[in-house]
Amino acid sequence: MDLDPTAIVLARIQFAFTVSFHFIFPAFSIGLASYLAVLEGLWLKTGKPLYLDLFKYWLKIFAIAFAMGVVSGIVMSYQFGTNWSVFSDKAGGVIGPLMAYEVLTAFFLEAGFLGVMLFGMNKVGKKLHFAATLMVALGTFISAFWILSVNSWMQTPTGHVMSPDGRFLPGPSWLDIIFNPSFPYRLVHTVTAAYLTTAFVVGAVGAWHLLRDKANPHARKMFSMAMWMAALVAPVQIFVGDLHGLNTLEHQPAKVMAMEGHYRSYPDGAPLYLFGIPNEKEQRLDYAFGIPKASSLILHHDLNAPVRGLDTVPDDQQPPVPIVFWSFRIMVGIGFLMLGIGLWSLIARWRKRLYDWRALHRAALLMGPSGFVAVIAGWVTTEVGRQPYTVYGLLRTVDSVSPLAAPAVATSLAAFVVVYFAVFGIGTWYILKLMHKPPHTGETQPGEDETAPIRTAGITPGPTQNPHPQGGREAFPSPAE
Amino acid sequence: MAVNFDLTTIWAFIIAFAVLMYVVMDGFDLGIGILFPTFQPGEERSQAMNAVAPVWDGNETWLVLGGGGLFAAFPLAYAIILPATYPLIIAMLLGLVFRGVAFEFRWRDPRHERFWDFAFFVGSLVAALSQGMILGALLQGIAIEGRNYAGGWLDWLSPYSLLTGVGVVVGYALLGAAFLAMKVTGRAEEHAYRLAVKAGIGTAVLMLAVSLATPLLARQYWERWFDWPNILFTSQVPLLTGILFFALFRSIAKRRRYRPFLLSLGLFVLGMIGLGISMWPFVIPDSITIWDAAAPERSQVFMLVGVAIIMPVILAYTAWAYWVFRGKVGSEGYH
Repeated sequence: MDLDPTAIVLARIQFAFTVSFHFIFPAFSIGLASYLAVLEGLWLKTGKPLYLDLFKYWLKIFAIAFAMGVVSGIVMSYQFGTNWSVFSDKAGGVIGPLMAYEVLTAFFLEAGFLGVMLFGMNKVGKKLHFAATLMVALGTFISAFWILSVNSWMQTPTGHVMSPDGRFLPGPSWLDIIFNPSFPYRLVHTVTAAYLTTAFVVGAVGAWHLLRDKANPHARKMFSMAMWMAALVAPVQIFVGDLHGLNTLEHQPAKVMAMEGHYRSYPDGAPLYLFGIPNEKEQRLDYAFGIPKASSLILHHDLNAPVRGLDTVPDDQQPPVPIVFWSFRIMVGIGFLMLGIGLWSLIARWRKRLYDWRALHRAALLMGPSGFVAVIAGWVTTEVGRQPYTVYGLLRTVDSVSPLAAPAVATSLAAFVVVYFAVFGIGTWYILKLMHKPPHTGETQPGEDETAPIRTAGITPGPTQNPHPQGGREAFPSPAE
Repeated sequence: MAVNFDLTTIWAFIIAFAVLMYVVMDGFDLGIGILFPTFQPGEERSQAMNAVAPVWDGNETWLVLGGGGLFAAFPLAYAIILPATYPLIIAMLLGLVFRGVAFEFRWRDPRHERFWDFAFFVGSLVAALSQGMILGALLQGIAIEGRNYAGGWLDWLSPYSLLTGVGVVVGYALLGAAFLAMKVTGRAEEHAYRLAVKAGIGTAVLMLAVSLATPLLARQYWERWFDWPNILFTSQVPLLTGILFFALFRSIAKRRRYRPFLLSLGLFVLGMIGLGISMWPFVIPDSITIWDAAAPERSQVFMLVGVAIIMPVILAYTAWAYWVFRGKVGSEGYH
């Protein structure tokens, strides 16, 4: 089968584009669902209305982010078939069931309880509503479990057997497939990343409102909670990331060589390059600046350990170095900046300046979107680093693509780019608008405040947003009516 | 037409069940979207939107199960049908993007509410039309070479696929109108009943047209429906369909609350049975049977365990969510 090379590149760009855009939303909603569960749990435990206000404040934002995650996620479940049909045919027997389990155990759970979580507080009672929130949070986690198992199997395939015609068939144990060698590390690293991403978004919103009114009790609470997360979880994440890197070294050494910029081998201690311009043509790192022997120390815990470079890997088995090299540095750099904010917040807490140290608030505000950048950079590192394979070492990307004509893929790619930027751009703007409003006492949520003469407009509270005083999003009448 | 209940057959029924669940549940969501412009801006539209806002996400999940389930249980079919209907799949997905975000965005931005209402309508329409045309493209046959799609990227476009596309749009409109008749109040309710009559007539005409066109499409469909003694069994389907349509129009005329919707569901079930008669045991008509396309047995067993345990739970909490939001969504108490 002769495939148009342009079609392959376009199909890759399309997958990279749709999956990167998609992952922004789950990275936020995995963390936010858990945060909402914590807030509602604290409210039920303490009875303090502050927690309920915060819950409702973030619930409105969650609703938009979740909707965008759902619609962009459905696209993903069809990308495998539309653009990667040969891969789907060959690997479907192994990864298909894992994705089916994701739908059965996670998507239905999230979707089934989301309606109650968003609109049902006055219909089902506090405890049952809290249970619905927990189910949604649990669903986001289970979803991450399965899809990361699929991805990890593609990185470190185990537990399968090959059929005579080159298809992957499940071996005797599904546990060997699900718990493949890189899965535990990738799962913990990704979920932790989602928590950190959310913490920095919450922290930035808290900081924004503290900069405007440092006495706002809601802003104080969310900023403090977010900074605890940053201080406690950022170091954990760096530790987990290091373990994940060592796991990658064991199973995908070429990826680590690309991450490190090691074009050549270092028989007695490899430097840790902080900067450099990868030169693919000459196979060397230009303008390199690094710490001697530090890479050997990190990778092998020995300053003089020999480190193999890409010169030991055949050319047609190497990932593209520049992308992996830079995306890795972006991710790690942001990780350490997050650690810095976390430590700064501890100092601020100790000096009792957490709520009035404006420089800290400005820094936290600036770091608000950093988690998304780090998460995408991390995915670029691991996915581009897996190249030139879809199933590492076994199935090449060029042998995975659908037999499609380039114009068809180009047209659909253009349509995705236009629609995603427009729709998700607008959605993000709506989220920013909500974040811009200060959290306050008596936050409303959908289905609430039913006896008021002027209706809340759907998930958005506040009469000012309602174009039809009697016809906004009509609340569902409570059973008492 | 012997049905041997092996694992592959069970999986064919599970996928058919997922598709049917999707078609009827998201069918009424999309139908409401298709009919949306005929409702007055303001209160009527808000009622229509509220009727499905808490449940649409769950309904749409059946599409992921249908697609994901096809991938998992019949990977070869998934790998051929999706490239063969590529532009339709992309159009459907983009339609669903607009439809899905409109639920949230319309409340978020009152100044552009009309725009999102329009996006809700167009998104629903495009998604429904694409789904119907995918069905038509499948029934008219797909060019295959080895284990790959071998046709061009516009093979799916034909008068027949346009007919099935319009058929699904109008059928969804019937489901949507009947669902709204159950859930809304006031002028919108009366409007929904009237729409149900029109959509019902349209559905009857288009179902008849598709039923007549399909056996003419290929010899195999003709034999399945009209050969003796098959016809003794197959003739029950149009007969029952006729009876249900009669009951449907009666129930609408009497302004029954639940019956029009339940009868519309019944019509879709019969449509699905008719589809099954036409296709069985092929997943891609006349070239790939369900056994050709089936996943390895270990994959089927592994997933079947999950479905057997989890599906009843899913159905239970889905039913509960519908129960929580039961009754009219009307606007009583605010005037």
